[in-house]
Amino acid sequence: MPNLIAKSALFGRAPLTLSGTTLAEAQIGPITSVAAFRGKLAKVKKVLGGFPAPNTVSGNLIWTGPEQAFVLGQAPDLSGLAAVTDQTGGWAALRLSGPLAADTLMRLYPLDLRAAHFPKDTCARAPLGHMQSILIAEETGFLILIFRSMARTAWHEIETALQTLTARSSAEI
Amino acid sequence: MRLTCPLCGPRDRREFYYSGTEDYLNRPPEGAPIEAWDDMLHLRTNPAGVTKDLWYHETGCGSWLLVTRNTVTHAVLATELVAARKGGAA
Repeated sequence: MPNLIAKSALFGRAPLTLSGTTLAEAQIGPITSVAAFRGKLAKVKKVLGGFPAPNTVSGNLIWTGPEQAFVLGQAPDLSGLAAVTDQTGGWAALRLSGPLAADTLMRLYPLDLRAAHFPKDTCARAPLGHMQSILIAEETGFLILIFRSMARTAWHEIETALQTLTARSSAEI
Repeated sequence: MRLTCPLCGPRDRREFYYSGTEDYLNRPPEGAPIEAWDDMLHLRTNPAGVTKDLWYHETGCGSWLLVTRNTVTHAVLATELVAARKGGAA
């Protein structure tokens, strides 16, 4: 098998920085969805070395639903314990970091994303505009997982929101 | 309007899909007379007051919720996971 060149969803898109806030495509490697079979959650937990509580991230595990999580990076063998699907090619990852990150995303998400309410290692399955997404709070910003086919729309939405806030902050009143 | 998803917390109404009455949870047993099925599928009350219905957390965690609300005051009184009910995850 020849070594093919994998193109990411926003291949070639340069990062955008406005008001010290940067929007960039993130490379997060393999994504595997793990959905525990009924009654097998305890065993799945053992193999994975834990399982994230609802709306949290723990290590390379992201909670994505009831008894369901995404594993970033190499996933262990869970045959017989969980429904495991490779989702690597299905998602685009965007990272928004900087002082306007929360305000920008709060224009698109119906959630309170201020650090006091949505601290680091919190995650949410929530709509970005009308798009399904997974939002993860990081140290200085957010990681957004969006369906790959919607990557450019998501970029456009976030870019527009960030531009609006930048214009407002620099406007003379 | 906001609904509190037992898993995700309080969320906006736009994240949810409204399915209909809780009657859909009460399927007649096997061999039940045709009238019981007819009732389950078609017979609805239309209360002015407390009602229970099913909502799907569509752009959230994908859970089905049983929501108790008041159609007169618009108060949302309770939400619970259908999967957490007896036989709910079957």
